Amino acid sequence: MSKIYRFTCIVCPLGCYVEAELEGENLKIQGCKCPRGEEWVRSEIFEPKRVLMSVIKVKNGVYPVVSVKTDRPVPKDRISQIMRFLSNLEISAPVKIGQVIVENVLDTGANIVATKDVEKK
Amino acid sequence: MIYDTVVIGGGPAGLAASIKAREEGLNVLLLDEKDYLGGILPQCIHPGFGLHYFKEDLTGPEFAHRLIEKLEDMGVEKRLTATVLDITVEGDKKKVKYVSPEGLESVATKSIIYASGARERHRFELGIVGDRVAGIFTAGEAQTLMDIYGVMPGKEVVIVGSGDVGLIMARRFALEGARVKAVVELMPYPGGLARNIVQCLQDFSIPLYLSHRVLEIRGRKRVEGVKIAKVDDNLESLPGTEFDMPCDTVIISAGLIPRIKLLKKLGVEMDANTGGPMVDENLETSISGIFVAGNALLINDLVDYVVEQGEIAALSAKKYVEGSLQPSRRIRIRAEGNLRFVVPQYVSGKRDVILYGRVKKPQEGAIFKFREIGEERRYPVVKPSEMFKIKLRVERIPSNIRELTLEVK
Repeated sequence: MSKIYRFTCIVCPLGCYVEAELEGENLKIQGCKCPRGEEWVRSEIFEPKRVLMSVIKVKNGVYPVVSVKTDRPVPKDRISQIMRFLSNLEISAPVKIGQVIVENVLDTGANIVATKDVEKK
Repeated sequence: MIYDTVVIGGGPAGLAASIKAREEGLNVLLLDEKDYLGGILPQCIHPGFGLHYFKEDLTGPEFAHRLIEKLEDMGVEKRLTATVLDITVEGDKKKVKYVSPEGLESVATKSIIYASGARERHRFELGIVGDRVAGIFTAGEAQTLMDIYGVMPGKEVVIVGSGDVGLIMARRFALEGARVKAVVELMPYPGGLARNIVQCLQDFSIPLYLSHRVLEIRGRKRVEGVKIAKVDDNLESLPGTEFDMPCDTVIISAGLIPRIKLLKKLGVEMDANTGGPMVDENLETSISGIFVAGNALLINDLVDYVVEQGEIAALSAKKYVEGSLQPSRRIRIRAEGNLRFVVPQYVSGKRDVILYGRVKKPQEGAIFKFREIGEERRYPVVKPSEMFKIKLRVERIPSNIRELTLEVK
């Protein structure tokens, strides 16, 4: 049995409407106007990934939280696990921008990195 | 003591302007009303900033950090928690009055770079009636609470407006465990970029109601629900289509308006289409020596453009202070057809100029035409959510012309 996927391509502002049919391993893509779009559709179907951002609690900081991101895209289906993990974390000020807060978070290969400074209170 | 330039606002436009002005040797004072610099960047914790300017994909706080670090390195004089109350102009000299925890102060300056950003439209501007209860926020307020102060504004959320800010907040709420019940958009098409529809709504299965409006908000102490209706082609609610949606939080994300109160008070010439002042290619307003950049000038969709404008304003201020700034309000540029606005509104016709603009509605196969000179450019797709930049070359401008019309057909 085949499965149909429908996308609005987000590679460029054109926003092509794409239909892709997956039959076993065989993927048929229709509606893409460029190869970059087809590459994107392929990754969206086989292993969609996103850069994740959130905030983490900071003890003794001038601000109560620090913004963080994953330093590379993580699989979409791991996002809610990572978010739950982050919500239970607390680190101590000072925090420096670029500081690795968690290495290889939940074995995804991505690090959690601070995206701003939070000084000590 | 007289400053060469006072920069009002420490967001990306003001930071870029201060850095550039200092690099050019000007004596600069930067004022900001908040206790941190960066404007809205520190609360925009998602990636997507700086692809043009830094050639890197940065988050908002990272983008701000780079500018702030440079500003500190250059030793730009600044005052935080300083709210500007008034600007007065006496000939070539200007005075800026501000209040801070140290009290009321007035500084003299030769020029001003006005980079005060924008404010958000609120529920009453959208005509949403009902109870005045807790749980109603603008998108920016919610973003500040969540991403600067770590406070979760609510659990069951309805978002009004599908511009990029609204879509990004829908994702932020969903990521942090809230249930986003709907994004409600008045127009028949989404306000934000296609990539944000995919990454912010579809990733989290958040329903988007196009051609719908929130009529009223109901609740006793806290929001308990909203009433939604479908609208017709004239954006009027269709009787009989109303339905209730329970929620505890309403987020208003219905566009930004340039904050130009002090300029208005000075009598600066305004553009009803941008909501900001009319400027020439130096980003100078109708009062000489007052320049504008960033969202106070026009609502930008990329921070890269904002930084660019800050730098242009600083270079112009430098020339003004030196006495070498050429008056450039010679040719009036008008927007027609499917074109909401074009900035700058005046050009000198003596050098190449980059025009920024926004269309009124989405269109395929759009033709941009400078009517008086017959020059045409074609774009496969234009959308209101994406600002365009178009270069007007000096050799294309006849010397006797006083008005130039850019139309989109």
